[in-house]
Amino acid sequence: MQEIIERISKVFSVEEVVQQNNHQWFITVPKKQALESVTYLRDREGFVHFVLLSCADWIESGKFQLTYLLNHPVKKIDLGIRVFIDRENAEMESAHYLWEQIATYQRELYEMFGINFPNSPRLTDPLLLEGWDNIPPMRRDFDTLKYVEKTYFPTPGRKSNDPGTYMKEKLYPNE
Amino acid sequence: MENKDFIKPYYESKIVESPDGEEIKVNPLEDYFCGEAPKSHAPNSNKLWESFLNWARAESLWVLGFGTGCGSMEILPLMTPRFDAYRFGVQMRPTPRQSNVIIISGYLSVKTLKRAIRSYEQMQNPKYVMALGSCTINGGMYYDSYNTINRLDHYMPVDVYITGCMPRPEALLAGFEEMKRLIKAGKGEKANEYAENFEWYKANQKKIIKDWNMPDYNW
Amino acid sequence: MSFDWLIKIGYVLLGLFIVLNYGLLQYGVIRRISARIGKRIGVKVYQPYIDLIKNYSFRSQITHGVMFYLGPVFRLSGGVGVFLFMPLIFGSEHFSNYSFSGDLILILYFLFFGMLGMALGAGEGGHPYSFIGISRGLSQFTTIELPFTLAVISLAIQYHTFSITDIVAAQQGGIMHWTLMTNPLATAAAMLSFLGMMGNSPFNVVIAPQENPIGPPTEYHSTFLAVLQTNRAILGPVEAILMVNLFFGGATNWVSLIIKSFLVFFWPVFVGIVFPRFRVDQSIPWFLKLPFVLGILAIFLI
Repeated sequence: MQEIIERISKVFSVEEVVQQNNHQWFITVPKKQALESVTYLRDREGFVHFVLLSCADWIESGKFQLTYLLNHPVKKIDLGIRVFIDRENAEMESAHYLWEQIATYQRELYEMFGINFPNSPRLTDPLLLEGWDNIPPMRRDFDTLKYVEKTYFPTPGRKSNDPGTYMKEKLYPNE
Repeated sequence: MENKDFIKPYYESKIVESPDGEEIKVNPLEDYFCGEAPKSHAPNSNKLWESFLNWARAESLWVLGFGTGCGSMEILPLMTPRFDAYRFGVQMRPTPRQSNVIIISGYLSVKTLKRAIRSYEQMQNPKYVMALGSCTINGGMYYDSYNTINRLDHYMPVDVYITGCMPRPEALLAGFEEMKRLIKAGKGEKANEYAENFEWYKANQKKIIKDWNMPDYNW
Repeated sequence: MSFDWLIKIGYVLLGLFIVLNYGLLQYGVIRRISARIGKRIGVKVYQPYIDLIKNYSFRSQITHGVMFYLGPVFRLSGGVGVFLFMPLIFGSEHFSNYSFSGDLILILYFLFFGMLGMALGAGEGGHPYSFIGISRGLSQFTTIELPFTLAVISLAIQYHTFSITDIVAAQQGGIMHWTLMTNPLATAAAMLSFLGMMGNSPFNVVIAPQENPIGPPTEYHSTFLAVLQTNRAILGPVEAILMVNLFFGGATNWVSLIIKSFLVFFWPVFVGIVFPRFRVDQSIPWFLKLPFVLGILAIFLI
């Protein structure tokens, strides 16, 4: 695996390498080189299986972090390519020509985070949220509890317990 | 922001050309759907006859094969040798027209609620609703989710709630027994309740289903 | 003034009532047996009665037009029509129905008549896929009828008549006189097509509830469905009785009628429990192979 990362470091400017466990690595690349490195890994290194495309909202630094997770079916290793994009007017190149199923992931990200992927097929069709008229719900500045209280008739007087402490009090009160 | 082209043919009138070259105007709202609000159907005035019919209704519960959330996994074992709900007169039907029980099995997202309402309204009077799990009672563990409803009885009238997260199939069987008891006692008139409070239910439904692209009356 | 015709109608209605109850109980027993094979306890034997009462007791109906009403009516009249022209018990004055005025051709027509009416009715329903169900059902039923019709022609050549009563009369006098013994090829062809006629497992994909377009019955509900259920309860045993009359020597009393038709009725049931469903594109060639060839041979070798 180290050889692969060394080889890719020569071609692209890899900013950070994280080893999650024995078979999972993550590398961070600049936005402009993201899809190029994904294509390189698919065509040259044998990461032919696309696992997922996910997003994390780093609201403090004003960035979205996209992760393209690839899998090497022969060597049984995963490699994630992390890209940071701006949170304001978030936009990323569409990767649907690499694997067709990426289009669906991009529809989901468009819906949940409001990230635009120009030229991605059926991008604006609603996937899960039909007729959503608020800010995209997975953004961290969206207050779900407030939205629920306004919309869904919450049960008055409902209270929740932390399962760990609650079970401890109920089952082992003396400890 | 949203592209609704792919749902348009559902409800907008259009002109279709027949193989003979004849042009036919199709207006789905008028042609396929009813334009009237549901009516309340009073029970038979003869008490004895009505209780006999209620016995038949209670002993023959045809459940619509409609699964939402995790509870649909708990319905499947009901039909297996271990639980065998058939011996209690519970059977699964594939179409809402023929069934008289709908089970809302767990959390209900807004998208699924739309389908559930359509299925519920296509069922014939008398019809019964069974709600599974804490999600349908107060939202359960999804009480603060942006996309799941909290209380089912604001959107459709519920006959029997079954608590648990998730309830075991035994609890479901107990729920069916409770539903039979209610129907035999003549308390299974929630379909009429839905028809009488139709405006209130519709307002609640429309409050959360923002793109209401179906007719108000789905039968 | 003679009231014989009134008494005749009374006996026909009595026979219809007996056959209806017999059919409902048989369908209960079928479901019980298939449940036992799946290691379940199964429904109550009288569950078909409860379902029927419940379906008749729905308070609201949705209609899609005149043909939608007439579909179940045609279906039921097809079933009752087959019953009316079928001698239940040979030699009985009361339970021969109107077999003196109708023959096998008429019964074949009535068997198909219900399907056609059903197709017209379901075509008017709101279900967009009912046409798929109808075309699948009709095309399968056509191939089911083919071996049966060939067997019937073979019988007509053998006995020089189309009258069921005459065919039964020719089979009297012991098991060696039955068509089963005298014309085994026609019997085999007809019994194989009987598998399809009864709508049990290998050939019931057109009415299977698990199918997404379950075909014609999808839109039918409450009273419409109850009429269809009534028809099914009548048509099932009547078709079995037709088989008994044509191939197994008929019946001279109720006991032998019930034993024989029970056994004939359960032949497709047991086959259906053992074998999984055919798709329509598998079942149609199946009927055009072995049963069809048997029917042709039955005509040539008689």
